[in-house]
Amino acid sequence: MTLLIKNGRVVDPANEIDAIQDVYVVDGKIAAMGSSPPAGFNARQVIDATGQVVCPGIVDLCARLREPGYEHKGNIKTETSAAARAGVTTLCCPPDTNPVIDTPAVIEHIQQHAQAIGKAKVVVLGALTQGLQSQQLSEMHALKNAGCVGVSNVSQAVNTNIMRRAMEYAASANLTIFIDANDAALSADGCAHEGIVSVRLGLPGIPETAETIAVARELQLIQLTGARCHFYHLSSARAVQMVARAQYDGLPITANVTAHHLFLTEMDIGYFNSQCNVRPPLRTQRDMEGLRNGLRQGSISAICSDHQPHDIDAKLAPFPSSEPGISAIESLLPLTLRLVDSGYLTLSDAIATLTHKPATILGLETGRLDSGRAADICIFDPDEYWEYSEQQIVSFGKNSPFIGWEFKGVVTHTLLDGKLVYQSKQTAN
Amino acid sequence: MIQENIQLDQHGRLKHMLTLEGLKRQMIIDILDTAESFTSVAGQTVKKVPLLRGKTIVNLFFEDSTRTLTTFELAAKRLSADVLKVNVRTSATSKGESLLDMLRNLEAMHCDMFVVRHAESGAAHFIASHVAPHICVINAGDGRHAHPTQALLDMFTIRKHKGEFAPLTVAIVGDIMHSRVARSQIHALTTLGVNEVRVVAPKSLIPTAVNTLGVHVYHDLEEGIRDADVVIMLRLQNERMQGASLPSEHEYFQRYGLIPEKMAAAKPDAIVMHPGPINRGVEMSSEVADGPQSVILEQVSNGIAVRMAVMSMVLGHSSQGATSQ
Repeated sequence: MTLLIKNGRVVDPANEIDAIQDVYVVDGKIAAMGSSPPAGFNARQVIDATGQVVCPGIVDLCARLREPGYEHKGNIKTETSAAARAGVTTLCCPPDTNPVIDTPAVIEHIQQHAQAIGKAKVVVLGALTQGLQSQQLSEMHALKNAGCVGVSNVSQAVNTNIMRRAMEYAASANLTIFIDANDAALSADGCAHEGIVSVRLGLPGIPETAETIAVARELQLIQLTGARCHFYHLSSARAVQMVARAQYDGLPITANVTAHHLFLTEMDIGYFNSQCNVRPPLRTQRDMEGLRNGLRQGSISAICSDHQPHDIDAKLAPFPSSEPGISAIESLLPLTLRLVDSGYLTLSDAIATLTHKPATILGLETGRLDSGRAADICIFDPDEYWEYSEQQIVSFGKNSPFIGWEFKGVVTHTLLDGKLVYQSKQTAN
Repeated sequence: MIQENIQLDQHGRLKHMLTLEGLKRQMIIDILDTAESFTSVAGQTVKKVPLLRGKTIVNLFFEDSTRTLTTFELAAKRLSADVLKVNVRTSATSKGESLLDMLRNLEAMHCDMFVVRHAESGAAHFIASHVAPHICVINAGDGRHAHPTQALLDMFTIRKHKGEFAPLTVAIVGDIMHSRVARSQIHALTTLGVNEVRVVAPKSLIPTAVNTLGVHVYHDLEEGIRDADVVIMLRLQNERMQGASLPSEHEYFQRYGLIPEKMAAAKPDAIVMHPGPINRGVEMSSEVADGPQSVILEQVSNGIAVRMAVMSMVLGHSSQGATSQ
């Protein structure tokens, strides 16, 4: 099986490539890039990528598939199809499924199912504690052997001693801990950033300190234990500064943001728009700028979707009792490209935050286009304008505050191991 | 995308009454004037006007209430509407029926107005944005967000005693953090253009960024009510002691309880208000609650006229007033 991607602008930040080139794919792997085909290459299939960007398939650090356990909100088939449409070829599923990902059996179920469907590569995080109950450590070695790329207790609070032991144990197992920095007592029943909007609407607040206190505690524990940790979706400017400072001091930490925290603030809640009910909450304009700066300066190395598809009813409730989360995987690339358009990032840096940088955090060698590697490739038209609408969303969850936004840049082809798993309608004719 | 404020129709008229935020000063004054025209109804032998005859009003109370529920019911009956009370605690939502399913069922019974009280902020907005277009919604208190008719009756009471709003200094004392009444009062007072709005409480009961609502913050009672024309005391819920907002009712009364000696700091002709129900010996002593400066019971009777005004205005009869009798 041979495939030629012709004449596209190849952007491969890991190899510092940004040039008009051809990409030659043989048997699902990248055989060569440049202007001369490898010896004996005879393309069975040709994609004309003139005017398009050809980049590594996107690696999404955090996307919920809702299977097993919450199939009324989505399943592996619907959500990996959404991933393919979004240009995402690898995604990482956090352990808060039902049953929780705390045994090899659940990992096998998810990965076998995803493989059989073949729309995207799915890796998983194991639970840090059994059942995410924050009491007993999970069998991390067994989880690692079954293929998990890290461990996390997601949004469940862990007391300081158990977190310390978990870090020590994870460090010995050479597993990265993915941390959702949130002081549960401070955020309690909160549902919006504690500030000018929460006071106006009378919404119980989640103070900025709920994040910074948790970050401070984990940084101290990382110093003590030497555990390698990743901070998931930071939301406040001060937390970004704390992380940057700790990185400067040499702690083994990385961090990411979600795309929506780079574009929305507490003001977007307006009059109780439940589509803006997310955790961590949307914060201030200053925080949004702080997150963008962290991204530009490199203390935040990746953007993820934090994809959380919901059934319709989940958002049809008064704001505090609506379920938090955005069906976000399909807006990940278009939002990131907005940062390029507004001059915050170069195209190459933007693609890096979606590909080899998140891959590195997951300990994967994907997200790059070296020859010999799997041909996981995203091709998008960077100049196409389109309106984000419910009808366009492939994911089972249509819950998005970005409905109605105009995006620039649309995925035309997604290749997984050299196989076309998505092609836009326009290019299909 | 930010949702528009849905309580006004395309001509800028009141379609629902959800919050006082964003209403024009003139609209608030119109409501107060209309309420004024209804005050005479209570004195008539037949305490009714036929404005809402044939209309069905549903009181949908997801939270307990005596005063608000009763005055809404009386107001609706004096406007000749049919009133239905749905006791939600025993109804289907406690059997797992969703709020929306319940609304659909009530709509199917051809109701015209929902008067809603709910424990969650934004509940009235949620209901107003999902009911059939012919149904009006009145917010009778949603979580910590708003209680517009209470604030309107407070404004009505203030105007009766003080006339003009512009020269007034108004102090709101107590649990600002959890109070929907305080939020609505602040919006009303700033819209009506009073000279100064103060909030008085320990820091643990003052929400972050409250100054962005245009109020001045005080932590000492006497300082906070010094030279005030109006002192509004808020109810203190017992739960606050569990949430570590306060050590005890005893200490609260010592520091923030309104007693005659402290009341002396306010202007001699200042009035004292309270949305009720009062915790005597917690928010204020009986001498103040029953004293000459207290207008607390007057607030309750004004509540009926104000709620008649709001109901008749949102159902589109604002211009007729009470004169049709």
